[in-house]
Amino acid sequence: MKNKSLLHRFVDWVNGDVADDRPGNIRTVGSLPEAKPPKEKPEHTDPLRHLNRQIAAYRVSAVLVCVSLMLALTYTVLCLPTYNDPSAPTNNEVSQRYVEQGMEETGAVNTVAGMILDYRAFDTFGESTVLFTATAAVLFITLSKHTKEWTERGPFADSSKDPILQVVGKILLPMIFVYGIYVVLNGHLSPGGGFSGGAVLGGGLILASSMFGQKKMVRVLSANVTTGLSVACLLAYAAMKGYSFFTGANHVGWEIPKGTPGDILSSGFILPLNICVGIIVACTMFSFYSLFSQVEEE
Amino acid sequence: MLDLQTLIDMRYQVVAVILFCIGFATLFLHPNLIKKVIGLNLMDSAVFLMLAAVGYIDGGKAPIIVDGITDASYYINPVPGGLVLTGIVVAVSTTALFLALIQRLYYMYHTLNLDEILLLAKRSEHY
Repeated sequence: MKNKSLLHRFVDWVNGDVADDRPGNIRTVGSLPEAKPPKEKPEHTDPLRHLNRQIAAYRVSAVLVCVSLMLALTYTVLCLPTYNDPSAPTNNEVSQRYVEQGMEETGAVNTVAGMILDYRAFDTFGESTVLFTATAAVLFITLSKHTKEWTERGPFADSSKDPILQVVGKILLPMIFVYGIYVVLNGHLSPGGGFSGGAVLGGGLILASSMFGQKKMVRVLSANVTTGLSVACLLAYAAMKGYSFFTGANHVGWEIPKGTPGDILSSGFILPLNICVGIIVACTMFSFYSLFSQVEEE
Repeated sequence: MLDLQTLIDMRYQVVAVILFCIGFATLFLHPNLIKKVIGLNLMDSAVFLMLAAVGYIDGGKAPIIVDGITDASYYINPVPGGLVLTGIVVAVSTTALFLALIQRLYYMYHTLNLDEILLLAKRSEHY
């Protein structure tokens, strides 16, 4: 119905029955029904006609590609080892080693924390660097001359006067921060860790920023502060892991004491590494928010 | 090959494949750039579901050794957890980067429709 009228309008427009400068004729391009290119061949060479035909062909082929991909992947998945199978090749000696000796070797009760921050700490360092690089890239892209225009009609411009936000935020904010800090500090003892706790802290910072208004928040946590904190934490991470890689690989023997597994001060470098990762993630989340809503002043 | 029992046994993986292809189709077919990013995130989620399903062992606990049992068959596989963590971080970073680029495009062309953006770009090339 709607498509049909659009198609008719489009055919009319291609035939030249409608004036070319009619407003809205661009819109027909996006909503053209697939697999029905206009049959008439108009004489005048318009770049639009070519583009439309290409888009129709593109859509049909995209559907074909997706359906064939789905069939192929479903077939592949059905050939994989069965779900729930304890003897599947994924449950090999690697995960067995992590579970059975992870607690002695890393001191962390949470095997996943021991894995990502001790056995595979270099990988996690790369992840933190990815987050930092993403922040830097977003900073480069969003800080432009258009910043000021967006600020005045931004969606969060005057949410700091909302009474519901104020009251609920004052109740919620301490809980969110305490919970986030708890999750970060107990990363080696319970589910959680730097990434999840940092995300909770970042959410708390975003709530605080919409409560107090961004202008106040920028005074405490400007882009410079978040970037500086992230860089400091990345460097601390690199220093700590570099120390343990260097001493461990050269058998120097100056190991960090593991402590008793289950204590809060145990498992060597995992607790400070979790704190570093948590700060990086929180700063990244908050700076994404503040960069996209753009009241950064300078 | 395609008997129903296998299909039911592998339901998580099959759902992951379907979700992946829905995301892929969204990425291809939807003209709105924001919805393209949503499709990409759908694909990410499908991969995470796939990894979590591959690592699951029947009756296994989360690999947190609280009661002192260090037997690998008592817990689920911890490796996919770490892989999913990596995946989530990369997904967040790419999403933020895409959104920033889309914001720039919106400033320039005042629309989020990719077809219109291409059209406007082509016009400004022509005239």
